[in-house]
Amino acid sequence: MYLKSLIAAGVLALSASTAYAECTIENGRLSIIGNEFPAIQTVAKNATSCSGGMEAESNLTADHQKINLAGMQGNPAEYTTAILANSSIVALINEDVLRSLDDLIAKHGQDIPKNQLITIDGKVMAVAFMANAQHLVYRDDVLKKIGVEPPKTYEELLAAAKVIRDQGIMENPVGGAYAAGWNLAQEFVNMYLGHGGEFYKPGTAEVSINNENGVATLEMMKALSEYMNPDFLTHDSNATSAEWEAGNVALMNMWGSRTGRLMDAEGSTPEVYENTKVGAPMTVGGGDRPASTLWWDGWTVAKNISDEDAEATFLAMKYGISPAILNDETMGQAVWMIDGYKPAPVNAGVFSAIDMQTTPYPMLPYQGLLHTALGDNIGDFLQGKESAEQTLADIEAAYTAAAKEKGYLK
Amino acid sequence: MKHKAFFLFVLPSSVAMMLFIFFPIISVIVQSLYVAHEQVIVTVENCGPFGCKESTAIDQEATAALREAEPLGRFAGLTTYLDRNHLAVGEVGTAWERADNWRDFGAQMLNLPFYKAIGFTLTFTFVVTPLVIIFGFVIAVAVNSAAALIRGPLIFFSLLPMMVTPLIGSLILFWMIDARGIIGSTLQYLAGNPDLSIKASTPLTWIMLIVYGVWHAAPFAFIVYYAGLQTVNKDTLEAARIDGASRWEQIRYVVIPHLLPLTTFIALMQLMDNFRVFEPIVSFAASAHATSLSWAIYNDLGGETRQLSSAAATSVLTIIGVAILLSPVLVRTWRDFGRK
Repeated sequence: MYLKSLIAAGVLALSASTAYAECTIENGRLSIIGNEFPAIQTVAKNATSCSGGMEAESNLTADHQKINLAGMQGNPAEYTTAILANSSIVALINEDVLRSLDDLIAKHGQDIPKNQLITIDGKVMAVAFMANAQHLVYRDDVLKKIGVEPPKTYEELLAAAKVIRDQGIMENPVGGAYAAGWNLAQEFVNMYLGHGGEFYKPGTAEVSINNENGVATLEMMKALSEYMNPDFLTHDSNATSAEWEAGNVALMNMWGSRTGRLMDAEGSTPEVYENTKVGAPMTVGGGDRPASTLWWDGWTVAKNISDEDAEATFLAMKYGISPAILNDETMGQAVWMIDGYKPAPVNAGVFSAIDMQTTPYPMLPYQGLLHTALGDNIGDFLQGKESAEQTLADIEAAYTAAAKEKGYLK
Repeated sequence: MKHKAFFLFVLPSSVAMMLFIFFPIISVIVQSLYVAHEQVIVTVENCGPFGCKESTAIDQEATAALREAEPLGRFAGLTTYLDRNHLAVGEVGTAWERADNWRDFGAQMLNLPFYKAIGFTLTFTFVVTPLVIIFGFVIAVAVNSAAALIRGPLIFFSLLPMMVTPLIGSLILFWMIDARGIIGSTLQYLAGNPDLSIKASTPLTWIMLIVYGVWHAAPFAFIVYYAGLQTVNKDTLEAARIDGASRWEQIRYVVIPHLLPLTTFIALMQLMDNFRVFEPIVSFAASAHATSLSWAIYNDLGGETRQLSSAAATSVLTIIGVAILLSPVLVRTWRDFGRK
């Protein structure tokens, strides 16, 4: 209830203060790079709406992390702010392209709640505006038909999927973003943490996943994939959402930030969207940590820009996450860390993830290399080409070679 | 032509080639010989909405000093080329010692990312290139013998696959071959197997990528051959006809020999293009089944942590691969030149 109570306190505090003023910035430049899901669209739209002489533009794309580093390494940087999550901020901090926000917060940001400030080694590097996590999404009507409660563990989910298939309701009742690459690696990270695994030998960058937790993780992923559309290795979050909206799937682990779209009336039939419900993240293998990760999304300011541009960017982005952006349409897009946010049923999954003390995605300098190695190799096991141990050994070897090249291992 | 005139004539393009081809390649080669500095890792406390946690981070001040001293990183020589994610010399050696037979050795080799990528890349190159030449020739002959009235529209439609942006073209095909798409469900019906899925099967994915490669590149061969067909000597053809040559014999003994230099040209271009196969793998989301050298470069640069040296090494290996592929043709051209 940590975040929820903080938000409630914020709402109380706000009701006493005055409404936010319109945003006017006379000088400087704002250029946003970020992902394209609805909540970020909202933030970017509002930040760029500031009037005055400021130049403002945004580039929102699912491929943002392929271009944000290159776009911030120049001097002056092309992008004055990157909207990031706890995984992707690491790559930019590694290359030292982000500005510490301490001075700007002292000058303009005293009213930003402390829990929104992402500090690394005591320096504020980002301002978070929403929380995110993957959790259960299920079809209420289908589960009622088979007389099963929403699953709390992956084992229960498998049992429910078997009943749905056996009764001929759906051929492939389980969905999941298992596209080879980032998505597939993310599902491994979830499941491995759910099994209580540790990715590295304590205190080092030496990977250590070729163990019984790693094998159990892969076995569970394979068991799930047998109830998925056979094309699962090509399905990213977008394609999985489309499968859901087409009514082909009854159970899946999905991002909280995408559930709003599944429950609205667009792109689907009433039978599907009226019966789409969210549940808590599931546990696996008798563990008590959910097989999921907690995420924040937040904005940063580039280092290689003038103070004037940095100030303009800070003010515009601060306005972009101000209570003024909340309305009926935007309220359900995310678990906002913004004063005035009222949790909607669609956000219950992310709140459950916070309540259950789900592990945040690791913010380690070398985690990105492991994520890439995972995404490249798990497909071989899921296709039955090799054993779990061989796949885990391949992942470790690919990571080790990459980590040596990047100077994390000798 | 006088040497000076020749020199002035080619100067602009030589300068452009130096700037945009030669120097970038040099910089890629240099990059591939260096790796990142040893990272100075410090333990820090990270705080955010979910509480504080002890973690590690790169010590930026210490790293800045290292970067200042050696901006390119540490010199590593050929280390990156030889590591597991590239030529994997050590792993290949172990596989050679351990393998019981050729099959086993092959399987172990294909488990290494570089050899897996080169396996698909070479298959793609050597299947697509001849097919493109054959299809391009057949289409060109067919269009050339069509009535003049419909020849214009025919040329337009034959060129369409090449005009469509590769990413868009492959995306359209990607949806059509989906288990619920028009081609996918037709195949299920024909095979009598409702579970058949092209995207879930490695051999079918390879075939699909190859079909796409031929579909996309055949118009290129077609237009080159079609232009060549306009220059076939009419008198020779007529003479052959008077001598009683059938239509096939006219093509076999007059047209094909005439078009041989063009075939060399098309083969060269296609070998180079197909060796760099990339777009279809991305837009078919086929990386679980097929990877190529170009895809490996993209993957190195597209992760959350960019692996520049790794991508540079793969790039240099790609250039070497193209050079090896083209060497027979280049050697022949050089000999022909020497003879004159």
